[in-house]
Amino acid sequence: MSTYALELSNVTKSFGKTAIIRGVNLAVNKGERVAVIGPNGAGKSTLFNLISGRFEPTSGSIKLHGNEIIGQRPYEISRRGLARSFQITNIFSRLSVFENLRCAALFSSGQKYSFWKPLSKLTELNDRTEALMASLELKRRRDVPASLLTYSEQRALEVGLTIAGGGDVILLDEPTAGMSHSETDRFVHLIRKVTVGKTLLTVEHDMGVVFGLADRIAVLVYGEVIAFDTPDKVRADAKVKEAYLGAVLDAEGAHA
Amino acid sequence: MSNAAMKPLHFKPLNGVRIVVWSAFAVILLLLPVLARSNFAVTLLCLTGIAAIACMSYNMLLGQAGMLSFGHAVYTGLGAFVAIHAMNKIGGGWPIPMWMIPLVAGFAGLGFGALLGFVTTRKAGTPFSMITLGVGELVFAAALMFPEFFGGEAGINSNRTAGSGWMHGLGLNFGGQIQVYYLIAIYLFLCTAAMYAFTQTPLGRIANAVRDNAERAEFVGYDTRWVRYLIVMASSFFAGIAGGLTAINFEAATADLVHGTRSGGYLLFTFLGGVGFFFGPIIGAVLLIFSLVVLSELTKAWQLYVGIVFLIMVVFAPGGISSLLMLNLRRIKYGEWRKMRWPYAGMVFFGLIALWGFAAIVEMAYQAQVAAGSGSVVTVARIPMDASVLASWLIAAAVLLFGGICFEIWRRKFNKVWGEGEERIAEAIKKAEAAIV
Amino acid sequence: MEFFTISLLNGVSYGLLLFMLSAGLTLIFSMMGVLNFAHASFYMLGAYFAYQVSEWTNFWVAFVIAPVLVALLGGAFERTVLRKTHKFGHVAELLVTFGLSFVILELVQLVWGRTPVEYKVPAALDGSLFKLFNSTFPTYRAFMMVVAIGMLASLFLVLKKTRIGLVIQAALTHPDTTEALGHNVPRVFAFVFAGGCGLAALAGVIGGNAFITEPGMAQAVGAIIFVVVVVGGMGSLGGALIASLLIGVMQTFAVGLDWSFIGGLQSLGVDVTPETFGYPVWKLKLSQVAPILPYLLLVVMLVVRPKGIMGTRDE
Ligand SMILES: Nc1ncnc2c1ncn2[C@@H]1O[C@H](COP(=O)(O)OP(=O)(O)O)[C@@H](O)[C@H]1O
Ligand SMILES: [Mg+2]
Repeated sequence: MSTYALELSNVTKSFGKTAIIRGVNLAVNKGERVAVIGPNGAGKSTLFNLISGRFEPTSGSIKLHGNEIIGQRPYEISRRGLARSFQITNIFSRLSVFENLRCAALFSSGQKYSFWKPLSKLTELNDRTEALMASLELKRRRDVPASLLTYSEQRALEVGLTIAGGGDVILLDEPTAGMSHSETDRFVHLIRKVTVGKTLLTVEHDMGVVFGLADRIAVLVYGEVIAFDTPDKVRADAKVKEAYLGAVLDAEGAHA
Repeated sequence: MSNAAMKPLHFKPLNGVRIVVWSAFAVILLLLPVLARSNFAVTLLCLTGIAAIACMSYNMLLGQAGMLSFGHAVYTGLGAFVAIHAMNKIGGGWPIPMWMIPLVAGFAGLGFGALLGFVTTRKAGTPFSMITLGVGELVFAAALMFPEFFGGEAGINSNRTAGSGWMHGLGLNFGGQIQVYYLIAIYLFLCTAAMYAFTQTPLGRIANAVRDNAERAEFVGYDTRWVRYLIVMASSFFAGIAGGLTAINFEAATADLVHGTRSGGYLLFTFLGGVGFFFGPIIGAVLLIFSLVVLSELTKAWQLYVGIVFLIMVVFAPGGISSLLMLNLRRIKYGEWRKMRWPYAGMVFFGLIALWGFAAIVEMAYQAQVAAGSGSVVTVARIPMDASVLASWLIAAAVLLFGGICFEIWRRKFNKVWGEGEERIAEAIKKAEAAIV
Repeated sequence: MEFFTISLLNGVSYGLLLFMLSAGLTLIFSMMGVLNFAHASFYMLGAYFAYQVSEWTNFWVAFVIAPVLVALLGGAFERTVLRKTHKFGHVAELLVTFGLSFVILELVQLVWGRTPVEYKVPAALDGSLFKLFNSTFPTYRAFMMVVAIGMLASLFLVLKKTRIGLVIQAALTHPDTTEALGHNVPRVFAFVFAGGCGLAALAGVIGGNAFITEPGMAQAVGAIIFVVVVVGGMGSLGGALIASLLIGVMQTFAVGLDWSFIGGLQSLGVDVTPETFGYPVWKLKLSQVAPILPYLLLVVMLVVRPKGIMGTRDE
C-alpha cells in the first residue's frame, strides 16, 4: 500500500472561540509539488504551524509518511524529515551565514549533541554547507552575521535553513514575498533545483510562480480547502473563481 | 557606539597564530609569579586564576547559550565542599593524590548540575533566571540547615599537605603558596583549552543557535531543553573545578561560598569583562579580584562604584570591555585609530575630573554616615575633603558638574569621529566583499 | 484552634503583602517582558522613604507620599535607562535592573547606614485588635490586610473600568495593535512601570514597620516574590494571588510547628537514632525548614507542572 507523504484528515484549530482551521483534508503524494493559495488570513500559515508542530490542532489527524505526528514536538517532527520555512524571517541572528546553514544541517548529519569532535574536522558537512551557500548565492556574505544581511538575502537564508537539513517534506511559507521579479525568478529556479525528488508545499501569492511550479494547487479559504487539483482544473473551478482566483487573475491581467 | 558594540566581530586566528597565542598564554602563566615577587601578589594571582575558571564557566551559560544564571556559586561552592571533605578523606588515608581534588570537585559539580539543572532548565529565558535565584537561595538555606556537611557558621577546615606518594617525596606537597599557584595555573590552562575547544564543537555551536533563536533550533531538530541541560552540566563541571581549587587554596570552605552574593559577582564581572568573546571572562576575573581585594581596601563605597560602572556598561557598551578592545583593534587594523586619539584623550581627561567630583561626594557621604567615628575628613585622590563643611560639598558638586559637561561635549565629538570612521570601514568591507566571486 | 486561627490570619496578611509585591512584578513582566530584578529594592525604598518622611511629619503623610515618590523614581528610571536597553533584548533589560538593585542597596546604606532603622508602627495602630484565648492578633496586621485588599480592589477597578486600564489590557495581549490604534505604548509602559514600583513601595510602607527596615530586606523578599511569580504562572495575576497566599500561610504555619520526621516515624513505631541513615534530615523541625519551603514548592512545581498554577506558557 502506498502511503501519502503528508495526509491531513479533518484538521481543525481554534484560538479561543474563533475557529481558524475548519476541517482540512489534504493528501499529498510523495514527490509532489503543491502550492497552497488563498486570501490573507485564510489560515495558510496556521496550517503550516499545525503540520510542523508549532501549534497543536484542536482535533483531527496529521500523518507524515503514514505516521501520526500530532502531539509531537517540532524537533521530533523535524527529525522525521519535515522541514519548514517561516513567513516572518526566523534565523540565528548573531551567527554568520555559514554557521546558520551548518547549524541547520548539524542534527541530520548525525552529529546531534556531540562535543568530542571539532566542527572544523567535519569535512563532509562543511563542504555540503559551502555548496549550499554557493547555490543560495550567499558566498560573498559567508562570515557576515545574519542580522546584517539585506532583506532578500535573509529570505534566501531562511529557505536555506529549511533545506539544509535534507528533509524530504518541505513547507515554504511565502518564500518569495517582498522580492523583486528577477529575484523571484532566480529564487524559484533555485527552489525547483533543490527540491527535486522531494515533496514540496509552498504558500505563494505570485500566480505566475504558482502555475509554473505546482503539480497541484490547494485553495484555502476561511480555513477550508475548497479545491485541490491540477492547475488547469483549479483555474477552471467556478467555486475558486468566485471565492478567490477571479479577483486575483483579473488583477494580474490588469497589470500585464 | 553602543550599536557598534553589539555587532559581533570576527577574530579568526590562523593555525599559526593560534599556536602563538596559546604558547604565550602558557609562558605568561609560567612567568607571572617570577614577576610578582611578593607573596601577596602570588596570592592575588591564585585568586585570579580560580576566578578566571569560574567566570569562563559562567560564560558558557551566559555568553554561549544566553542563559542568565543568578545561582552559579551553587556549583563552585558545592564543588568546594565536596573537595574539602575529599581532602579530609585523604588525610584519613584515601589513596588519591591531592592534585586530583579539583577533578573530584569537577565531577561533583557535574553531578549537582545534573541534579539541580534538571529543575532549572525546565524553563528558558527570564523564568530560567528566576528559578536559578530560587534554587540558589534553597541551597544556601540548606547549607545552614545541615551543619554536618557544611560545618555551620565556622565552615569546614582541611589540610592540603595531607597524603603521601612520590610527589611528596619530591617536596611537592602544596606547602607553599607558589606550589598552589602552579597547580592553579595548570588547571587554568587545561580548563581554558577545554572550554575553548568546547565552543568549536557541534554542541557548543548549537548552544549559540539556541541563544539566538531557540524556536528555530527546535525546527532544525534540536530539543532546546536538552541543549540547556547539557550546557548547564558542562558549565557546572568547570565551576566545580574552580571550587575544588578554592578549597585547596584556602584549606577551608564556608557557607558563604554558595551565597547569592557570590553568584551575583560572577554575573557582574563576567559581563564587565564581556560575554561576546571567549577571553572576556578572564578580564572579568582580573577585575573581580582587583575590586574584591584592592578596590575594597581603597574605599568602603567600592560596591557602589562597581554597580554604577556596571549600569553604564549595560546601557552603553553591552559587549563589555573585551568588545571595546576588539572594536579598537578593528580601528587599528583599518588604520582609523589615529583620528581617535584626541577625542579619547579629552574624554579620559574630563571623565577623570567628573569622577573625582563624584567620588568626593560619595566618600564624604560615607565618611559622615558609616565611618563617622573617625572624624569628618576624607582624602580623595590625595586631596583632603572635610564632610562637615558645606563648601567641600559645593566644590565637589561643581567639579562633578564641570567635568560632566565637558565630558559630554567631548563624547559628542568622539561619537562623530567614531561614526565617520565606521562609515569608511563599512566602505572598505564592501569593496573587499565585491572582490570575492 | 487558636493557633490555627491566628496563624491563618497572620499567614493571609503576609500573603497579601507578597501579592502587593508580585502584582506589580507580574504586570510589568507581562506588559513589557521585563523582569524587574530591582522590584524588591523599590519595596525597600518605600520602607526607608516612609521612615524618613514619618520622622519629619507622621506616618499618614508618609503612607501617601512614599509610594508616590518611589513611583516617580521608577518612572524616571524606565524613561532614562531601561528604555535605552530595550533594543538589546530581555537579557540586557534584566541586567540593567540587576545593576539597579545593586546601586539602590549601596545608596540606602550610604544614606541610612548598615543597621536597621527605627521605623515604628504608628501609635494609633499599635496594640492588639482582639484576643483569642491566650493569643493576640495585632491591630497593625489587620490594617495591612485592609490596605492590601483596598489596593487589590482599586487595581481591579483601574484595569477593568478606566480607559488606561483597558489600554493596558489591550497592550498586554496585542502590543502592536494597540500602537496601531494610536495609543502611545511607550508612555503606557512608563506608567505601568511606575505603578508597579509604587505598589512595591506601598508594600514597603506597611511591611517595613511590621517586620524590619534594614538593607537586607530587599534580598530577603526578592527571591520569594520570584518564586511566587513562577509558581503562580508567569504573567498571571490570579496565579500570583493564589501562590502568595499559599506561601504566606504555609510559611506562617511552618514557623509555629515543631513537627519533624522523627516524630512522625516514631508514632509509626519506627525508631530513629543518630546512627540512622539520613539522620540530619529526619531530625529537622518544620520550623527550621520554614525558610526553604517556598523554594521547595518551586522545585516541586517545576517538576510536576512547569507552567505554574495558572500559567499558559510552557517554556
Ligand atoms: N497565535 C494566534 N492566536 C490567535 N489568532 C491567530 C494566531 N495565529 C493566527 N491567528 C489568526 O488566524 C488567522 C489566519 O492567520 P494566518 O494563518 O497567518 O493566515 P494566512 O497565512 O493565510 O495569511 C488570522 O485571522 C490570524 O489573526
Ligand atoms: Mg501567512
